[in-house]
Formats: sequence, C-alpha cells, structure tokens
Amino acid sequence: MDHPIKRDHARFRKIVKGKIRDNLRKYVSHGSQIIPKGTDKFTVPMPSIDIPRFKFGDKSQGGMGQGQGKPGDPVDGQQDPNGQPGQGETGEGEGNKELEVELSLEELARILGDELELPNIEPKGKKSLKSVVNRYTNIGTTGPDSLRHLRRTYKQALKRQISSDSYDPENPTVVPIRRDFRYRASDTKVEMQNAAVVIYMMDVSGSMGDEQKEIVRTESFWINLWLKSQYKDIEIRYIIHDATAKEVDEHTFFRTRESGGTLISSAYNLCKEIIDKDYNPNEWNIYPFHFSDGDNWSADDTKLCLDLLDNHIFPASNVFCYGQVESRYGSGQFYKDLTAKYGSQNENLTLSKIKNKEGILDSIKDFLGKGK
Amino acid sequence: MIRTKPISGELLALKNQIEKYAIDYGLDFFPQVFEVCDYDTINILAAQGGFPTRYPHWKFGMDYDQLSKGYAYGLQKIYEMVINTNPCYAYLLQANNWVDQKIVMAHVYAHNDFFKNNAWFSHTNRNMMDVMANHGTKIRRYMDRYGADAVESFIDKVLSLENLLDINELFETSALKRSRKELVDQEKVESEDDGYLNDDRSAALKSFMRTKARATKKDEPKEEVDEAVSAERRHVSTKDVLGYLIQNAPIEGWQADIIGILREEAYYFLPQRMTKIMNEGWASYWHSTIMTQRALDASEIIDFADKHAGVMHMSKQNINPYKVGIELMRDIEYRWNRGMFGKDYNECPSMKDKIEWDTKLGKGREKIFEVRKSHNDISFIDEFLTPDFCERQQLFTYKYNARSGRFEIDTKDFNAIKQKLLSQLTNFGQPIIEVEDGNYMNRKELLLNHVHYGIDLDVNFANETLRNLFAIWRRPVNLKTKYEDKEVIFHFDGKEFKPQG
Repeated sequence: MDHPIKRDHARFRKIVKGKIRDNLRKYVSHGSQIIPKGTDKFTVPMPSIDIPRFKFGDKSQGGMGQGQGKPGDPVDGQQDPNGQPGQGETGEGEGNKELEVELSLEELARILGDELELPNIEPKGKKSLKSVVNRYTNIGTTGPDSLRHLRRTYKQALKRQISSDSYDPENPTVVPIRRDFRYRASDTKVEMQNAAVVIYMMDVSGSMGDEQKEIVRTESFWINLWLKSQYKDIEIRYIIHDATAKEVDEHTFFRTRESGGTLISSAYNLCKEIIDKDYNPNEWNIYPFHFSDGDNWSADDTKLCLDLLDNHIFPASNVFCYGQVESRYGSGQFYKDLTAKYGSQNENLTLSKIKNKEGILDSIKDFLGKGK
Repeated sequence: MIRTKPISGELLALKNQIEKYAIDYGLDFFPQVFEVCDYDTINILAAQGGFPTRYPHWKFGMDYDQLSKGYAYGLQKIYEMVINTNPCYAYLLQANNWVDQKIVMAHVYAHNDFFKNNAWFSHTNRNMMDVMANHGTKIRRYMDRYGADAVESFIDKVLSLENLLDINELFETSALKRSRKELVDQEKVESEDDGYLNDDRSAALKSFMRTKARATKKDEPKEEVDEAVSAERRHVSTKDVLGYLIQNAPIEGWQADIIGILREEAYYFLPQRMTKIMNEGWASYWHSTIMTQRALDASEIIDFADKHAGVMHMSKQNINPYKVGIELMRDIEYRWNRGMFGKDYNECPSMKDKIEWDTKLGKGREKIFEVRKSHNDISFIDEFLTPDFCERQQLFTYKYNARSGRFEIDTKDFNAIKQKLLSQLTNFGQPIIEVEDGNYMNRKELLLNHVHYGIDLDVNFANETLRNLFAIWRRPVNLKTKYEDKEVIFHFDGKEFKPQG
C-alpha cells in the first residue's frame, strides 16, 4: 500500500482538475500570460487552492529586505533564479503558494498533453525516414589534434607508465607519448526522422475581427507547441485568403485585415500547390489547419472546396482540421456543409467550433485528441 | 509501509559524536532520534508538518504536489525535518552528503534544545505524534459515518479560521483553567452567600446552598442582574475564535470535535510560528559553532562554507530568519561579552569609546542561553535590535510605489525598520481578529472585530472567510474593520455581502 498522502494528492488533483482547466484556460485565452524568459523558458504558476482567510492586503503591506541599495531602488525583478535551498523547516510555514517555475517549451507541451490527455501522435509508418547522423561519442587512436581527448590521453599514458613501471607515485609525472594519444571519434547512428509541416489557412475577409484573429493566434501557438513536441522538425506555412489567397509570413498572417468576399477554394488551391511543390506526402506529415467564420461566397465554391479536399488534400495530409470561429457576421454555413458531406466523425477531417476564448482548450483537444 | 529507517553505522557514530559536542556546549535536549529517508518521503513529511500521519485532507496533497514539483524542477530541497516531540524525531535526507549530515545534525540538536527550553513551547504536547495519529483515525471514522465530502468540506471551512488564535491560550493549561474557574465560582459563592458559608462544607453542598441562596434573592430587582449578565456574555472579546465557536456555535458533536482537533493542532504549531527567527537563529548559531570549532574536518571547510552561505542568503524581498536570527544571536553574545549595554554604554557620547567598549564581562554565552529560554520573536527583536545592527545587516523596508508599479526601498531608518519588523511579527503575522459579540443587534448575529493597526484586510478574502464562518455560525456574520481609513462593517447574511457604515 502506498502512503495515504497519495490519496490526498489524487484528491487535490481531482479538485484542481476543474480548477486547473480554468487556470489553463486562462493561460490559453491570454497568450501573453505565458511570459518567455530567455530563449525558451516560460513561467507558469503551479496549481494551488487558496483557503480563504482573514489576511492583510498585499500591496499596502510592503515588506522588509536585506541588501545593498538606497531608498527608491526597486526590490523586485531580482527573484533568485535558483531559489534558496533552505535548511529544513520546522513545522508549519505559511508560504506563498503561487510557486513559479521556469518551464522549457517541452515541459509546457508535456503539461498541456497531460492536462488535455492528448495522445501521442503516431507518425504514419511510411513517412518515417531513416537518416544517418554522426555523433562524437566514440574514442579513436587517430584524428586531428583539435579533437584530442586530453583526459583519455593522460589516462592511457598513466596506464602505460604504471605497466612499464616507470611511474613514481612520489613524483607523479605523466608524459604522454605519440601512441597514448586518443581522439574523439564519430559514431554513425541511424535515426528515424519524421518531419511535419503545418499549413495554416485563415479567412481574413471583413467578417473576421480582431477577437477572432486573437483566438486563432492563441490556438495556433498551442498547436505549434504540441506538434513541435511530437516531431523533430516542423515547418509552418501561412496562407491568408479572402477572394484570393496568398502565402505570407507569420507576422502578416496575424495582422492582415482585408475586406471583400470569401472564396475558400482559393486557399485550398494554394495549399495543394504548396504541398505539391515542397512536401512530398511520403516524407512529410502534413497538417493543414483552416480557420474561418464559415462564410463562403457561393455554394459552387463550396463544392469546389470539397472536391479539392477529397482529391488532393485528404490523401496528402495526416488530418485536415477546420476550426470555425464564431463571429457576429459569419453564417457558419461552411461547417454545416462539411458536416453534411463527411459527418461529424471522419478519419480525414477534424471539425471544431470555437465559440470564444474559453473554447480554445476544447478545440485544441478536438484537433489533437485523435493522435494523428 | 515503512519509509524511514533508523540511522546506523557511520551515521550513528556521527550522531554520538555530535551529541557529545552539543552536551559539551551545554545544550539541553530531549533524547534525539534520527531516521533517514528518501526525498519523496521527506516531501511527504514536510507536507504533513513533519508528522508521518495526519487526517486525510487535500491540502496535504497540495503541499506535497508543490514540494515534489519544486524538487523535480530543482527549486528547493529539504535537508531535514525536525519535530517538537519527546523523544525528538528528526528525519535526514538519505542523499545528503557527509558534510550536510553533520551540519543538519548539529542544527537539529539546537532545535531540540530550543523546543525543550523555550518558554513558549513549555505547554506543547510532546506526544503529538500519537495525538496526530489519533486525530487522523477520528476524522477517518467521521468520514465513514458522515461521508468524506461532508467532513472534508467542513474541514475546509474550519481551516478558513485556523489562523484566528490567541497566543495567551498557549499558557492556558487545563489545570490553570480549572483553578481559575474554581476561584471565580468560589467568589461567586462567597459573595452570594454574604460570606457566612466560609466553612469546610463540601463543594456539592455549597453549590446546593448557592442555588438556595439565589432562590432567596429572587425578590431583588431581577432585570439589572440579567442585563449585566447578558452584557457580560455578549462582549466576549476573545481572540480564540475557534474555541468560541466550539462553545457557542449551533454545531453537531462531530463538528465540534473537528474544530477541536484543528484548533489543538493549530495551537501546537503556534509557538513555532512565533519563534521562527529565534529558533532558526539559534539552530544556525549552533551548527556554525559546533561545525567550525569541533566537528569539521579540514577537507570539508569549503563544502561547509558553501552550504552555510546558501542558508544565510539575503534577499531584498524578504527577511531570511536564519540570517537575521544568527546575526542577532551573535550580536547579543558579542555585546554581553564586552558589557556593551546598559545606561553607561548607551549614554556614552564618544563613538570611539563605544566601539572599543569592553568591560570584559564575558557573559555572552550565558546571555543567549537566557534569551532562548524566555523570548519570542517579538520580544527578541524589540529588545535586541540596535541601529548598529540594522546598518551592519543592511536592513531596509520597502513599499509599493503606485506610480512606478514596483516595490521600492522605502527607508533604512532604524525606527521604521524596527516598527515594520514588529508589526510583521505581531500576532504571528496574522491580523488580530476577536469575537466581539455573539448576539449582535440582539439577533444572534456574530460580530468579529479586526483590531486595525494600519494595514487593511484583503477584502475578497475577508468576504470568502465570512462565507465559511456563516456556514458554521448559521446566522449572519459581521466583521468590523477599517478600510481605506473608514470604519466599516462587512456583513454576510448567507446570500450577499453588504458593507455597512
């Protein structure tokens, strides 16, 4: 039997689950709450439940510190990066429960995966490429001086001296000679390589407002995070469209606002072209994501879209994801069209409706929950 | 499942060695038991306040969660846990290296000595290990009978009030209570009997006589008496809110028992909250003294210095109790060795003379032993903090600057620092809340009073706390406080919060 605290722990986790979801929702809907520190470190508060107590308001209280500085100098922004290994607590300490940890992107992705119970993605077998890499993990007797391994060299020299009885412990001088020299050598390793490409398509016609774009942006952050944790290499391409489609960079993708009509087929066409040109489906795991408010110009165009999906995009991609962001102006018709044709459960297609920022998490789960 | 095991072999030899040093230095402690365990176990113990068994509650799971994550991310590591029991149990982390174990052992002996000798600990239950286990059993039984959710959510509510303690209760032993009650009863009897019953009749008879005596007084104006009694009952003015609720709230037996259990545990931990600086200062003083003078091997100096410096680390945001404690202990020792106190010293006009002051008094060690016996953090700071010390230790206060949105250093002025420190330590850092009236507005409402000395309460937390209090009191609850310089009474009637006044 395990320690009873594991039950308390499970209980806490369960209570928090509802709460964690909320907390997580909060991060997700406010992408800015996740603060990058350095290259890929992030700060995320740990889940905790605050039992309400009569306590002092924080701000008015101020505090005391120790160290150099003169009146007016800030005391914050100096959080000790390593924390302080304290010398054991006696009994109870009224600590700050909002412990912050630095997380790397991988860890953040793992937490996301844990919380949403996302399955790991199984890359399609045929798409796993074998690749040969060289890593310096071996030791050899020949090589360039720049790769000489000093420790191993001296070890070898020491061995030789001891075995030839020329080593004097009183005067421990070790002199390597030519044949003692050891060099770092490369080992050839076969690694499975799987590469993925995410192609984001977004409707930027007049009906997509800033709020809708913010939702797409946040969602794509988390999708990228997850896919990056699953694939070794990942490429991301962006397409915006109204009545015509063009490929843009990330910055433009999120900031462009066009007006005018919507021809979804234009984006799917471009998507198909990109795949044909750069991404051989046999080598790449392809994830096209399309976000729109569901308005399309005409039923004819929708037909064209479905055609493109069926004949070109579905066969090439792991899964095609369509996210419909609710907007005041959008009719949401495209979602209905897709459901009418493919049903709500389909191997090749994942559909998700995103009502508002709070819906992002569920939608991520929709998209990534299949493990494809 | 046994997760800790007694030390043996080299560690046991080390224990005997350190124990001998501790005795040589005059430390006076309970028998000391060391056990070793792995990091997961020490996280469990720490989450449970040092005890291997507690009542079931998610908060221990939460603390465990945070400690485990903290350990996993390399944020913190617990080297040792020591608990105030007799014999005194301490747990060492198995993975500590040799020098760590030495430091920790020396540190533990001083904690042990402090637990045994400091006055504020004198009435703590030294069999707490058993008591906690019994509490666990009791609450588990209640959970079986009344449902885990019902019991847990009641515990949640009580925990909400767990910090409303009266430090004077620490000296309120049951014997003292009984004798005081007897005294009061006796006075009553005597006054009621007009003093002619001062013979050696049995108490039972006396009480019978008293009812009789009261009966004969019936013709006296009755209203006056009643009013006096009710006024006395109404204005209770106790800070022991949990104790008051046990007596007066309309709760069931098991609920009263749970409040009693949590109250007892809270009071058990209270002295530790009141002596954090002294206790850690004392333990650090001794680990440092024992290590540097006796226990340390020359090869271990660097490791020791590294570890010790880590523990003594200063922060701009907080006072490190280890640092302030050890420095103040050393300062007292230094001053009492050289007689640097009293009227002559204080009034000496020459700075130079003061610095060189040395009456060869040599009472430093004696003095700190005395200090550890009778002081708590407040009196410790109040009596021994000096301007020189503040300057040497680079202490300062900081406050929030609304304009820059940052916390900024406010002042290095001695009086300000001392005041700030004392106010942080007052009532072990918690707001002073007392029950003022159990029949407020003559409607059986509860009125709490926040004794405001300059810092407002967090309103959201206060409201939520009132909600929990309401669940126990079952009648509207009120909190009198000051908010943004205005007198206000927060009122909660079970549905909504209303600030009044």
